[in-house]
Amino acid sequence: MTAAAAAKNQPTPRSMVEVRHISKTYPGGVEALNDISIDFAEGQLTSLLGPSGCGKTTLLKIIAGLIPASSGEVMVDGRVVTGPGPERAFVFQDFALMPWANVMRNVAFGLELKGVARSEREAVAEKYIASVGLKGFEKAYPHELSGGMRQRAGLARALAVNAKVLLMDEPFSAVDEQTRRKFQEDLLELIARERKTFLFVTHSIEEAVYVSDRIIILSHRPSQVSSIVEPAIVRGGGPDRIRRDPAYLDTVESIWQSLKRYLD
Amino acid sequence: MTIGKFRLPIMSSLLIWAIVWEIAGRTGASFIIPPLSRIFARIIEIVPTAAFGDALWITGKAFILGNIIAIGIGVPLGVLMGRSILADRIFLPWVNMFLSAPLSALVPVIMVVFGAGQTTIVLTVVLFAIWIVVLDARAGVRNITPSLVEMARSFGANRFQAFSKIFIWAALPEILAGVRLGLIRAVKGVVIGQLLVSIVGFGRLFEIYSSRFLMEHFWALLFVLFAFAFAINEMLAWLERRFEYFAASRN
Repeated sequence: MTAAAAAKNQPTPRSMVEVRHISKTYPGGVEALNDISIDFAEGQLTSLLGPSGCGKTTLLKIIAGLIPASSGEVMVDGRVVTGPGPERAFVFQDFALMPWANVMRNVAFGLELKGVARSEREAVAEKYIASVGLKGFEKAYPHELSGGMRQRAGLARALAVNAKVLLMDEPFSAVDEQTRRKFQEDLLELIARERKTFLFVTHSIEEAVYVSDRIIILSHRPSQVSSIVEPAIVRGGGPDRIRRDPAYLDTVESIWQSLKRYLD
Repeated sequence: MTIGKFRLPIMSSLLIWAIVWEIAGRTGASFIIPPLSRIFARIIEIVPTAAFGDALWITGKAFILGNIIAIGIGVPLGVLMGRSILADRIFLPWVNMFLSAPLSALVPVIMVVFGAGQTTIVLTVVLFAIWIVVLDARAGVRNITPSLVEMARSFGANRFQAFSKIFIWAALPEILAGVRLGLIRAVKGVVIGQLLVSIVGFGRLFEIYSSRFLMEHFWALLFVLFAFAFAINEMLAWLERRFEYFAASRN
């Protein structure tokens, strides 16, 4: 049994992130979110899934404190969010690596901003660079890396600040299909190892079902919670077993059926 | 261009013009055009003299100081304008106006306020160089990938950290282009300043040579200045090319 599967047998974990009646209307009158309330359990990976342009990323950025909500509030670890904070770390869709800095400096950047001494932050960065599989690329620059490797660096940077909550905004969408599969498998291992709360935005149903403990399906804009799915997948047997698990295939199919009506 | 199988270097047309100049000079058509060979001989004669050394020293000082001020104020101002709509509204009309204004006409005004001396020349250099530096830094900052700004914020960067660790670096290719153009304008600024003040540096030498009809000296000095301006431009262009890769990989 992996840690993720073991966690499911325990009594309901407490909420790490609580979203309370969040609405967001952009200047110009575009209503992105309409009165959304969700709890995100500690130590789980929860996906936000929905039709494109449904406001998943907007919700994630509100939780990150990067954009303000029009109304409602977000609590992270019991405290109301007023801006970015050290208990949350963000993984960006386009990696957001500094092209003038090497992998080591990019990964250590969160610690650099906090004023951690160079030798100390580089020791931490080195550990996470190795844990995402980039060992040996510490001195490489982002333009020398493939898309998948860049996102590994982005992930290592988010892990290095040791936040309780990891917010991932379509982290694999700019990565090619084969790299993505490998990356998803590595992510599952990492989740089992890191014991953090992951919030994961994706537009891929397969990806959501493959990596998530819980999937929140959002409706068309202005978004509301359409339904919540908890894939009953046994994660012990390795990636090939999961992808051929009837429960996996059924969940993908049923989510597809429920999302289909938003496509017109 | 090729002649037969021989590939001509890009600057080879200069050789033809040099020959034309030499011939025109030797016919004695006009005292304004002395033969080119004699101008070059004069360069070798003038450059080691104390008068030239003094002029170079004083001009170099004004040029470097003026550029330090122009870059030191211009880059932060440009970054600020790129980030703040309010600052942009306040300063942009002025920057655009001064960018295209006939700045030489303002030098006498500076001279009235600061006197006919080194201060006036330094300020003239600043006046010529700063506007393009501001405008390019502004353009560079406006081109920054939004996610890089969000990244800095989400990892807790304060304003100073965002400025010194993200904005300056992300805008570096544009800032360097602005600095290069600023330096070229500064060459104009320092020469115009000295010509109008006319008692210091190369301006004084120009004044002496032209008033005494020493055309060979005059041309020699001009060629040296051309070479300086060209060298500065090439140096900065080389520096820009070194940073080009990340301008392309930014998005």
